[in-house]
Order: sequence, then C-alpha cells, then structure tokens
Amino acid sequence: MKVITTTVINELHSIISEPERVLTDEADRYSYAFDASFGVYLPDVVVQPKSAQEVAQVMKIANQHLIPVYPRGQGTSLSGGPLPVKGGIVLDVAQWNQTLDIDTDNMLAVVSPGVLTAHINQAAQEYGLMYPPDPSSSHVSTIAGNLAENAGGPKGLKYGVTKDYVIGLEVVTPEGEIIRTGGKTVKNVTGYDLTKLIVGSEGTLGVITEATLRLMPQPPASQTLMAMFEDIVDSGTAISKILSAGIIPAKMELMDQASIVAVEEYEPLGLPTDVEALLLIELDGHPQAIAEEMTQVQTLCQEVGARQTKIANDTEEAQELWRARKLVSPAIVRVKPTKISEDATVPRSKIPDMFRRLKEIKEKYQVDLVVFGHAGDGNLHPNIIADKRDNEEMQRVEQAVGEIFEAAVALGGTLSGEHGIGTMKAPFMELELGKVGLDMMKRIKQSWDPNNILNPGKIFPEPGQKLVLRDE
Amino acid sequence: MNNKTHTETGHTSLAYEETFDCVQCGYCLPACPTYQTMRKETHSPRGRINLVKMAAEGKVSLSQLQEPIDLCLGCRACETACPTNVQYGTILNSAKEAIQKEKNKSMGGMTKWLSHAMFKQVLPNATAMGVLRTGLYAYQRLGIQSLARQTGLLPKMLPESLATFERITPQVDTGSSPAKRPKKLHPKGKRAYKVGFFTGCIMDTVFTQINTLSMKLLQQAGCEVEVIHEQTCCGALQHHSGEGEQAKALAKRNIEAFESYDFDYIVNSIGGCGAALVEYDELLKDESEWCERAKAFVDKNVDISVILGQLRLPFKKRINKTVTYQPSCHMSNVQKRVQEPLQLLQSIPGIQYQEMPEKEMCCGSAGIYNLIHYEAAMDILDEKMKNVQQCTPNIIVTTNPGCHLQMTLGVERDDKSKDIQVVHLVELLAEACDLH
Repeated sequence: MKVITTTVINELHSIISEPERVLTDEADRYSYAFDASFGVYLPDVVVQPKSAQEVAQVMKIANQHLIPVYPRGQGTSLSGGPLPVKGGIVLDVAQWNQTLDIDTDNMLAVVSPGVLTAHINQAAQEYGLMYPPDPSSSHVSTIAGNLAENAGGPKGLKYGVTKDYVIGLEVVTPEGEIIRTGGKTVKNVTGYDLTKLIVGSEGTLGVITEATLRLMPQPPASQTLMAMFEDIVDSGTAISKILSAGIIPAKMELMDQASIVAVEEYEPLGLPTDVEALLLIELDGHPQAIAEEMTQVQTLCQEVGARQTKIANDTEEAQELWRARKLVSPAIVRVKPTKISEDATVPRSKIPDMFRRLKEIKEKYQVDLVVFGHAGDGNLHPNIIADKRDNEEMQRVEQAVGEIFEAAVALGGTLSGEHGIGTMKAPFMELELGKVGLDMMKRIKQSWDPNNILNPGKIFPEPGQKLVLRDE
Repeated sequence: MNNKTHTETGHTSLAYEETFDCVQCGYCLPACPTYQTMRKETHSPRGRINLVKMAAEGKVSLSQLQEPIDLCLGCRACETACPTNVQYGTILNSAKEAIQKEKNKSMGGMTKWLSHAMFKQVLPNATAMGVLRTGLYAYQRLGIQSLARQTGLLPKMLPESLATFERITPQVDTGSSPAKRPKKLHPKGKRAYKVGFFTGCIMDTVFTQINTLSMKLLQQAGCEVEVIHEQTCCGALQHHSGEGEQAKALAKRNIEAFESYDFDYIVNSIGGCGAALVEYDELLKDESEWCERAKAFVDKNVDISVILGQLRLPFKKRINKTVTYQPSCHMSNVQKRVQEPLQLLQSIPGIQYQEMPEKEMCCGSAGIYNLIHYEAAMDILDEKMKNVQQCTPNIIVTTNPGCHLQMTLGVERDDKSKDIQVVHLVELLAEACDLH
C-alpha cells in the first residue's frame, strides 16, 4: 500500500474547489472507515466530489501515484462494498445530490449520484409515476450505491431490481476519462451493454456520476393480505400456487417462527407464535383486478392449509399488518447485538429445501438463526444474531455463513440476491462461477483498470482469503 | 468476551458496551440535523457512535472526539429513527462527561470557577436567578455587551451572536416577577388533580409570564396548583455539559423536595427540562437507594399538554389565525409527547393548523448550543426557516423556551417579525381562554 504524501493532498486540494471537501482529520477518516458490514479500514483521505470533472481528476492523480480509490454513498452496504480495505482515497458522493430531474414525456429520471433512492420515487410520484426498486434502506441509501451494488428490495418479484431500470450512465473510468453508456431510449442495442456491466460492478469498473432511470406508471391501488401457516412447507406451496395462477404480487414477504416469536416478545401484535411461517402479500394494480385476485389468493392460501388469513380493509390496516415485518430487525437484536444479514437466494421452488438446510445449519453450529425475506423471488434473509465480542461464537457464525452460501449454490441459487459480493462473499465466488467464469470477470476488471486502482479487494478473493467477521 | 483493548488502552468511562448495539445501518443519517448541515459522517449519529467506540478502544484520542460531540445538538431524533434501539443519549452523555473531565484537568482557574459558578451556583439558585433577572432587565436598559464581556460567562460568544440575541430577548417585565406570584392556586370547580408545578430556572427568568399562565390554565381546568420553594434546577444543562455529578445532585434534591408532598402530578411547560425530569431514573440507575424514588418521581412528571389534554379548558375567544407547530426535540424524542400538544393546539377554536415540512427536525436551539456554536446553530435554523416559509403561518407555536427564542430569532433574521408571531402553546391557550 502506498502512503499518501502531502504532495498528493495538495494535488487533491488544487482540483477540489472547496477545501472542506478534502478531509484528512483522524476523526473524519475514521468516520469513513466502515459501512453496515464488518471491519474498520482507515482511509488516508476522504474527498467529496461534486462533478464528473473532479472525479476524473482524482482518478488521474490516483493512477499517477497508484493510490486506491473507493466510491462510497451513505455506507449502508451490507457486503463491504465501500470499505477502504487497502487505504487510500474514499470518494464520498453522498453530498452530490443536486440533480433530480423527472422527464415525464420519456418517463425518465436523470439523477446525480448522491440522490437518495426514496427521493427519486417521491419526485416521480408527483407526476403519477414511480421508481420501483425499493431496498429497505431506500430512505438512506444513495442511487449510486444502489447502482453499484445492484440493490433489490421487496418489490423485486414483480418489478425486478435496480439494473432493470437503468438505461444510461455517465461514468468516470478508472483511468480518469468521462464516458457515457446507453442513453435515453428504452430500446438500445448498440454494441456491448456497458450500462448493465457497470451496474452491479460494485465500484470496481467506474465511478457513476449520473444515471438515467426508467420510471413506471404508479399502480392506482394496492391491497395486503397476511396468512399464517403451521407448516413452513405449506407456505412455500402457497407461493408457487399463487404465481402459477398468474398472479404476480408486488411483494411477497415471509417471516419464520423465530422472527414471529421475537416480534411478539418485543411488541405484542397478537400474532400466533405457534405457526411456522407467516406470509405478507401485497397486490397492486387496478382496484377491480386486485379485488378479484385477492379473493383468489386467500382461497389458494386456505386450500394449501393456511390456518388463518387476514385482508386489510384500508391503508391503515395494511400498515398495521406490515408492522410485524418492520419490527423484525429491532426484535431480533434484543437477544444479542450483532446482526449478520445474508441474502443468499434460491430458485423459489427450492425454498422449502433451503429452509430444511438452514434448520440443519442452525443446529449444527448452535447459532441464533432467524429467516425472513422476499420469499416470492427466493431471496431469503437468513439472519444470524450474535455478539461480535464473543470470538468463539463468531467463529461458529463464520462457518455457518459459509455453509449457507454453499447450500444456496448447491440448490441452484446464488450468493447474493441484492446486497452484492464486496469483501464478505469474495471467498465464495469460485463456488458459484467456477474457475473460468471467475477468470473471465477478472479479465474484464484488468482491462478496465490496469493499475487496479478502483475499489480493490472487492468481488475477487485474494489468494487464501476466508470469510472473517472478527476484528482480529 | 474480549474487551482487552478497551480496558487497557481506552477511556473506560465511555459507554463502550452500548456502542455495540449500533449495527451501522445509517438509518439515523436523514434524521440528524447536523449531518444535514455539516455534510459529513463525522457529524452524524452513526459517525459519533463509531468515534466513541474508537476512543474507548484507544484508537482515537478524546481530543479527536471533542468537536463531533460538542457539535451534536443532543436532539435525539436519531433514537426515534434507529431500528435497533441504540441508546444514543447514554453514549453521548458518557462522551461529554469524559471530555469534560479531561478539560477540567487542564482548565485554567478562572474559567473553571466561572463554569462551576454558572452551573452549580447560578442556575440552581432562585436568588441568583433573581439577580440574573434583574441583570437582564438592567442589560436591556444598559446594553448587554459590556456586561457579558465583563462577566466572561459566555466566553465563546461572538459579538454578532450577542447582538442577535439581544434583539430577541423578551422584555423582562418587573411586574410579573416569580416572587409576586401566588404560591398556591385553588381549582376552579371540582378538584381534578393536585399538581406541583415545576418552574425551571431559565423559563422562570426569561419567560416568567408563561409559567404564570400555565398555572392559571391548570387552575381553570380544575387543578389545585402549588409551587414549592424546595425545588431546584432540573440539571439538564449541567448534564449536557458533561457535569454528571452536579446533575445527579440536583435530581436528588428535586426528588426529595417533591416526595414530601402528595401531588398527583408534577407539571412543567418546558420541553427540555421535562426531558431531564423524566430521565431521572436513567440518570440515577447506578445508585440503588435512589432508583425506586427516581422512578416514582418520573411517573408523576408530565408536560402541561398531557394534563390539559385530559381536562377541559373554558375557551372564550376564537383565534382566527394560521398556526404551525415547532415541536421541541426533547418533548418529542425523549418525553415522547408528540400527539398531546398538537391535539391541544388544534382544539383551540378558530385555529387553522398547517403542518410544517420536516417539523421534527431540531431548530438549532438545543439548550445553550445556539450561544456556544452560533454559526452551526444558524445553519440549522436556516434549514428550519425554509420549511416555515412553505407553510406561511401567522403564528409559530413552541413548547420550550429554547425553541421559542430560536424561532423568534429565525423570524427576525428573515425580517418577518411583523408577519409571524412566535408564542408558547400556553400563551395561545391562555389567550383563547381570555386569561392574562
């Protein structure tokens, strides 16, 4: 690792017009040393750029001195995406949120990287439109971070993930050139699809400085149903039956018994604690269509053995039903403070198998494992609750997490449905992609970034790298 | 458990264990006024918690921690946004105390004496506050700058901030001195509750009339109201300045004082003091002989809006004005009284209520923050005033003297004093009940 000299700091100052946007104080550097995953890595300097030109010049300086650069949004990443693992420069784009233009004629939004994802949807709603990707962190996470990690959310089942809404990007290459990919047209098949390549590349191929996003018409109505199942396998059957009946819910969320019990102990909502699973299903669309579909959904759930179903009569009742899901996070961390939130995803037909495997892993390693998540698209969130001060426990957790990934891949699934690979899952990449598959990805990285300047230490494992959740 | 690093090299008085409850999700960032205005993670709740942890582990020094901690408003909006219930207030206070202890070691004799005198002798002392009140009256006649400079009580105050605050300090009316107020009021009609009234120190000095009106409103609503002379300062300013021991001593004096009376409730009209009073059990949690007594005291303490909301006020006048409400952070985030003041406000005949966008954001007053960190506070106030402009009210209603002064300052800085009035909720209720 290169140590940043005062010469470099001076060069950075000369290209960033306001001195307060170059942070070198120890307190400031420690404030950008973490994200929502694990580990603390101290950067040498934090730069807060506000234009593509500034980013381009930072990249040129970095290449000249061989200094690593890590783009960062608001650091909500659960996979370690923005962690400055090799020191160097953190590029904080969170304050670069000046552009948020809604183009109603083309149903597009043009945004600068630091715009919060929820703000895009809010702005679109004023015109009867919506930006569908809705990661749970959308009120905090920046669009650039969502683009880099290809974020998802509960609506993924019907509406897809971030990549399905990006049609154009302005990107600064690792060597400091400004390029544009895609454009403003929904159809665009000119050459390689660099837009899709950049989205989800976790800041390793370029720094996103502007994005053109597709918007959708806002559905006129929505309705929510909650169903309780004594057998978790029945809930899986209900999911397949609903989808094969031609109904695509906007959201289909699952909570397992452990999460229901935790919520009830935290704040009694009157949920039965003896059921193995709870499904929350939201339909959206034309009011008449969803009324009919909702009756169908209810019947299907009952037919496969749901003990109880409840349909919300209005928005307030719907919010009340969703409250259970919202309380999962605070409820489960009451037992122990450390939360390892995984997003291993399986084909939805394999959900019952995945549940069985998770149960075995929980018993084998004696870990506090709860499962909830986006059941409709197979994107489960096995969460392990632990205490990171307990070294012995964390070792067991590391082994359990490793086995969760192995199970997902073995069932034809993937390491990550929406959080990205970052530092956390890099050691498992070969498991999913194979040697050659991973090598093809590495070759792309090498040709884009010959000096390995941009976000090193992510996606690709270092030789012998293992999953580590402990500080030392 | 492996805490070796922490106990061997770090600052053991910091609330280190509590920092582990933070999962660093960042959900607190949008709720934090200083993150919004200061634009870096260092001034966010998540950033501050991380720095406290780093300091406890000896990775950063207390001096690195000082600015981020000093610049926190302590509004605790982050606690309401936190999905894992991190006790930010506890972490913040532990940092303030650790920093203050370090400062006390190196502080010069005169500065130390003055700071101690202010917190230990002046605020909790009715006579001293009376003197201050007279001083305020005198300064309003004679000009504050020379006085403040001579006393050196507020060494960091800039001439600009002095001049600004001078413009907005309410005129002290010698006719409404607390000394001349009856100590006991008998209820109108059948007695609903017997309440002890908590006067506060700054409130009773600068906004004496609001306390008087509060008591009259309680009386009208059917309460027997008594002001007991044994009560003292709530300790909030001391606690927030890292003087935990002084705060505890004051808390004990208040608990003892009110314990010897048989009040149904202890009522105050001061969002900030109320917040300190309802957390006495938290403050004294390590002192076994005080825990239960503190809990009993806490259970009796409520904001005036809670009591008035349960009873009926005899409204006599319509107030045909557009009104917006700036809730005090300590009222909302610590006392958790969000609906009560709002419902009471909306019960006033004639009122047109308009909700202010982002009303839960701090106005930047935060105790004496706006005096000590004038520029930072003004940046936060500017954000607040942008939201005020969006709802064009005739009146801004507050529930805390700090917010009251700060909003008055905001209106003044926008040159809107002719169009927008700033009042305490109690004043508006009193006007509608035709009380003076």
